[in-house]
Amino acid sequence: MKTANKKVTAERLVRDALEKAEFFRDYNIFTFLNKTGAIQKAREIDAKIAKGEKVGRLAGVPYALKDNFLSPEGETTASAHILEGFTSPVTATVVEKLEAEGAIMIGRTNLDAFAHGSSTENSYYGPTLNAFDQERVAGGSSGGSAVAVALDIVEFATGTDTGGSIRQPASFNGVYGLKPTYGCNSRYGVVAMASSTDCIGFFTKTTEDMDLLMSVASGQDPKDMTTLPDFYNDTKPSKPRGRIGVIKDFDNELVNKEIRSALKKKCEALEKKGYEIVELEMPALKYALAAYYIIVPAEVASNLSRYDGVRYALRSDKSDDLDSLYENTRNEGFMPENKRRIMIGNFVLSSGFYDAYFLKAAKARTLIVKEYEKAFEKVDYILTPVSPSPAFKLGEKVNDPIAMYLEDVMSVSLNLAGVPGLAVPVGKTKSGLPIGLQLVGPRRSDKNLIKFAKELE
Amino acid sequence: MSKYVPTIGIECHVQLCTKTKLFSEVDNDARGKEPNSCVSPVDYALPGMLPRLNGEAIRFAILAGRAMNCEINAFSRFDRKHYFYPDSPKGYQITQFYQPIIGAGYVELPSGTKIRIEHAHLEGDAGKLTHFDGYSLVDLNRVDTPLIEIVSMPDIHSAKDAHDYCKELWRLMCYAGVTYGDLYNGNMRFDVNTSLAPEGSKKLGTRTEVKNLNSFRSVERAVEYEIKRQTKVLDSGEKVIQQTLGWSDATGKTTPQRSKEVAADYRYMPEPDLPPIHLSTEFIETESAKLPLMPSDYREKFKSTIAEDIMEVLLDYPALMQKLGEIDEKYVKNVSNLFASVLLAEEKSAEYLNGLPSAKDLNELAEMNEKKELSSTATKEVFLRLFDPQMKGHGAKNIAKELGLIQENDLGALEKIVETVLAKPETKKAQEDFKAGQEKVLGFLVGQVMKESHGKANPSVVSEILRHKLTK
Repeated sequence: MKTANKKVTAERLVRDALEKAEFFRDYNIFTFLNKTGAIQKAREIDAKIAKGEKVGRLAGVPYALKDNFLSPEGETTASAHILEGFTSPVTATVVEKLEAEGAIMIGRTNLDAFAHGSSTENSYYGPTLNAFDQERVAGGSSGGSAVAVALDIVEFATGTDTGGSIRQPASFNGVYGLKPTYGCNSRYGVVAMASSTDCIGFFTKTTEDMDLLMSVASGQDPKDMTTLPDFYNDTKPSKPRGRIGVIKDFDNELVNKEIRSALKKKCEALEKKGYEIVELEMPALKYALAAYYIIVPAEVASNLSRYDGVRYALRSDKSDDLDSLYENTRNEGFMPENKRRIMIGNFVLSSGFYDAYFLKAAKARTLIVKEYEKAFEKVDYILTPVSPSPAFKLGEKVNDPIAMYLEDVMSVSLNLAGVPGLAVPVGKTKSGLPIGLQLVGPRRSDKNLIKFAKELE
Repeated sequence: MSKYVPTIGIECHVQLCTKTKLFSEVDNDARGKEPNSCVSPVDYALPGMLPRLNGEAIRFAILAGRAMNCEINAFSRFDRKHYFYPDSPKGYQITQFYQPIIGAGYVELPSGTKIRIEHAHLEGDAGKLTHFDGYSLVDLNRVDTPLIEIVSMPDIHSAKDAHDYCKELWRLMCYAGVTYGDLYNGNMRFDVNTSLAPEGSKKLGTRTEVKNLNSFRSVERAVEYEIKRQTKVLDSGEKVIQQTLGWSDATGKTTPQRSKEVAADYRYMPEPDLPPIHLSTEFIETESAKLPLMPSDYREKFKSTIAEDIMEVLLDYPALMQKLGEIDEKYVKNVSNLFASVLLAEEKSAEYLNGLPSAKDLNELAEMNEKKELSSTATKEVFLRLFDPQMKGHGAKNIAKELGLIQENDLGALEKIVETVLAKPETKKAQEDFKAGQEKVLGFLVGQVMKESHGKANPSVVSEILRHKLTK
């Protein structure tokens, strides 16, 4: 990661990034460009450098912020109409930590509204285009962040991953994307999607950058009671047993051939390095997608209740009483996919259905947690595809919610189990689309997981 | 008219007087503050805000639970209860639906009747709406003030017991020190479920719920009214409709509330932003040990010193009982009388309760009174001066001296005064009358001595001396 110094100033780095952002305008990556704010911050850092004062580990590094992180710079919209006009008075903990080390936010990136989606097509501001093929999706929900890094506009970008929203766009655009262990990074100040699965992570071009960012961002936060006691920076190098797992059920006809062969090749390469490849039976994972699409919509419906037009952001002007204020504001402000998840969520939580859906899904989740624990008794890490196919065409799945949900089939179980997963770029298809593989580790193995990804280069 | 047995269960909301709110670090005491001035981004439900559990509220819940002889659950957790209304910024209330922190227990009424507690749970309060013609204003100061909701078993069978239960709960919570206990401002609110069943029936009747009562008297009246109303309904062969009712103190009637509120589906869900609460046995024990004396403890402690009727009056004022607990045992009766007959009779008694004199002052005062250094009138005078901001620092003894209220008990000095008085010609007639057997003139002579002593002489001592001298 290039940090600012006396020769290459922060202002120069920031101006370069902003220029590139303008140049790639067609990709619809940014919902906001932080021109004045970023340059001003860069000058402050340059002044410090000039005076020989100490600057942070990310001094002058331009980065892109997924638009669901709160900060007073620009509107925080989560690419949703209902948050249009919302400027936050508070700053997300992770943003505070990055900026304390001198990182400079040059823009906010596009996402599926409220992070509901796998293609960034559910954004109120239109889809972000794939870095390698403008007719294809960026993936999602953190599509803008992935493309911002893939097109080398910024050194890194933040993301949120509730069911694959970092790993899938990372793999679609050929960059690294980490979903850390649940509770490793604070969720404070990040627009909530599903509280029990939301993870804050990053997109980078190298594993070293990922490690640096995690060492900056991770740690317990009194403002987020679900954060774990600090472990990232205290992680001791593990002594791998040299066993890498692959999941038998994921090797099937539904997965793109080129992705399957990429996985196979990597396994062979690992074997040559002396690793043993272990085929794992993980039958509980077949419940993951169903459980996920019950638990997550339930939490989504609940977390979106606060957008009611009463206190901030959008309020429909067509209303003449309280009920119509709620109805019209929420009807105008939410995207169809938001509404779909609110309806599913409220249905599974409604009295008489709670036991049949939510409680069963919660039990399936426990099985999945145990399945991963069992697997990691046998192997150090698990290697799987991130998604069944490389980047698909714009519009191809947007009207078929089930096909879109199936995109997440290999990523969601990690969120339910709380284990970390790193999307690793491993090559390209014949037609030039990036292929990513997902490296999965036990809870709290984040640091060693990132290090191990080197073995796949 | 047939005979019915009423069965009553009561849910009580208690606002806890923690320093900060249940889920944020904002001031929890909004008394006398501007609307919406005690609100953090968390209470306001900005996007991305997360609740932070207030440890003091957990400690208060343990005290409240112990005050009601309840089990404290080592494991409890929070749930979300969803509903849309502008008093609920998050669109849900954080409560404990499935696993509450306070388990089963009981409350003993002064009559000795025990009312079992089903459970009690922690939750956040809602904001306040004020309705005007065509618009409403929202004040979120009260949002996520910690509440405990106490759910009784249906063990109450009369309006009087309903009243006494609510009053005893209020006392317990005040003594435990977990609430300001200001009923007028809604610090405690009662929802009362009433049903009637024919005498001897094992099945309970259909119940109605009267919501949001905020005085013991309205609880009693609402239950009386519901018993009468339901009796009429049953006697006429109709069925009682299960419904939520409101109560009007002015009309003395219950009226059905909007049916919409009854039909609400709250879509309960585990609160994913708050990890479950695990309390160790040691922690529960340490915190429980901090529970101060409860009304039943005071009844036991002072049962031989304070009369029962005075006790029940004083028990409504935890500050007075706590103070009596600090008083020398031999002066408790004396001081308790001052509290009951002087302090509580004062117009400014509420103000006085907030600044009681020190135990040292009260002991001194009682001692002077019992040694007859102060007459009972002078004792009252000094007692009230102990609340006077100008004088309270001086100490009881000094105040009595400054006001010249100390009675002259020195025999030698008094004898001299008596002799002076007896030497006066205007007392000669009275002296002769007394010697002739007219007892009542002694009062006149005592009065003369008091005058001579400028009111400092102890009248009973004076009359002794006079009697002695005149019968010699």
